[in-house]
Amino acid sequence: MSRPALSIRGLTKVYGNGFEALKGIDLDVPEGDFFALLGPNGAGKSTTLGVVSSLVQKTAGKVEIYGIDIDKDFSKAKYHLGVVPQEFNFNQFEKVQDIVMTQAGYYGMPMKEARPRAERLLRDLGLWDKRDTPSRMLSGGMKRRLMIARALIHKPRLLILDEPTAGVDIELRRSMWEFMRRINREEGTTIILTTHYLEEAESLCRNIAIINHGEIVHNTSMRELLKELDAETFLLDIREPLTKAPVIAGFEVSLSDPQQLALAVRKGQSINTAFAALDRAGITVVSMRNRANRLEELFVDLVERSNAESGIASNVAKEITQ
Amino acid sequence: MNPRQLWVALVTIVVKEVRRFTRIWPQTLLPPSITMTLYFVIFGNLIGSRIGTMDGISYMDYIVPGLIMMSVITNSYSNVASSFFSNKFQRSIEELMVSPLPSWIILLGYIIGGAVRGLGVGIIVTAVAFLFTDLDIHHPFLTIMVVVLTALLFSIGGFINALFARKFDDISIIPTFVLTPLTYLGGVFYSIHMLPEFWQTVSLANPILYMVNTFRYGILGVSDISVGPAMAAIVAFIIGLFAFALWLLERGKGIRS
Ligand SMILES: Nc1ncnc2c1ncn2[C@@H]1O[C@H](COP(=O)(O)OP(=O)(O)O)[C@@H](O)[C@H]1O
Ligand SMILES: [Mg+2]
Repeated sequence: MSRPALSIRGLTKVYGNGFEALKGIDLDVPEGDFFALLGPNGAGKSTTLGVVSSLVQKTAGKVEIYGIDIDKDFSKAKYHLGVVPQEFNFNQFEKVQDIVMTQAGYYGMPMKEARPRAERLLRDLGLWDKRDTPSRMLSGGMKRRLMIARALIHKPRLLILDEPTAGVDIELRRSMWEFMRRINREEGTTIILTTHYLEEAESLCRNIAIINHGEIVHNTSMRELLKELDAETFLLDIREPLTKAPVIAGFEVSLSDPQQLALAVRKGQSINTAFAALDRAGITVVSMRNRANRLEELFVDLVERSNAESGIASNVAKEITQ
Repeated sequence: MNPRQLWVALVTIVVKEVRRFTRIWPQTLLPPSITMTLYFVIFGNLIGSRIGTMDGISYMDYIVPGLIMMSVITNSYSNVASSFFSNKFQRSIEELMVSPLPSWIILLGYIIGGAVRGLGVGIIVTAVAFLFTDLDIHHPFLTIMVVVLTALLFSIGGFINALFARKFDDISIIPTFVLTPLTYLGGVFYSIHMLPEFWQTVSLANPILYMVNTFRYGILGVSDISVGPAMAAIVAFIIGLFAFALWLLERGKGIRS
């Protein structure tokens, strides 16, 4: 593994009101990676990225960006960093192109160099026609893309995106994915994103960390994570309503409503066995589907486990899958 | 960042600030021009002709330096206070915070931006004044020095105000309750020699009095106070407040959670 683009050790954050948002997290993101930080609302994702980008003052711990300790030379570290925050944070009254050009100036990039680069980014992100429009007049999706253009103007080696596709419609989301994949692949930009959409993490990211209540509860490659999945739940619609779930040896069966069974199938089990048993019991299955995205199930499971450990109800975790 | 990059960044901030106040000129450049024209007409022409002279100068000429200074003070201050606070409010201050810029460049950029607005309005008011009277400036170098330093000083003040401000009201409290009274009582409209001895002494505690009088001395050659110590005091204030503002900014006061 090459030198990490981002390395975090024992990071804690206690906000002014005494709330402990991060409880000592460790994280490594290798150079060139496409990394997902996944977690329910309030888990500490934005706080983590906030510390990395200097918007949040850390309480303790160590953060290195390309080997540069932010406590030693944050200015130099920031040079490598492009930031797309969760909330819109540009001046509403300024024009699209001015916003991107001004950002270039903050990195000391002369106009001559910034102008063609701004044009290319705005074209790639479909904003060139809007270059003279005040930013407040853009649609939500355009505002997100404006923040991406602004974050990339100084050619950062590490791009961090905090829920970049929240509130963006499916079609646009896919084109943004394509864009991010391309800069990761072609320009070698390391990308870290936080997201609510598991599908997004699954489709884009190589490595993943799951965070809950300010703790990393899981940190692995996407492939390993999917392999860990040992059970899958199917929903079976049945013809005649039942009052009690049938017993099928070796399977976990429950009645999710009088005309629907939830059947958990573990790795290595044959689904035929279950159907044969249902047949013998005189139960007719009319249709069947997966309960949810497999990853989603795993995610809920992991978060619930960590909630159970910290004794907190799992409602928060459910929210993410809805 | 190397000196060239720092220079590019500084120019970027100043240009952005100038673009802001010229874009909204009906809110920034027009009102002081109208107000000051009214002052010249009413106090200078109509009432001033009844007052006669002040320290041997026609009343109209006497108030011109004070009114120019008053515009410079309020405009420098409110430019930085509203621009920086509005950036805080819209979170666009984060654009600067995530960049590698050192704090002193950020501070300097905003201060210069505010001073440009203050001096710009000062020039407009001076031009208006020339419609009513002819002034020949006695000490041009001193005049320019003191007005530039005053603009810088109040820009820094506006910056500190914006760092502490949590809502829009917070950036109008100081101008309303501190700056305006101190300016009116700072010898803009009268010579402190007109006051009873006790109030003369009290007036000497007002820093704005020194700036107005030094500026008036530069233009008219008359002053209530001695100019040398006044200039020294202004410079000392600038250094002190700049250091304080920089310290606040480094600590992330009002901008970093
Ligand atoms: N400025 C703040 N002051 C106090 N608590 C905060 C502040 N910002 C965030 N929090 C709390 O910290 C926790 C983590 O927030 P955040 O990092 O924004 O979560 P996420 O991005 O994962 O949704 C939440 O419980 C949130 O309420
Ligand atoms: Mg967040």
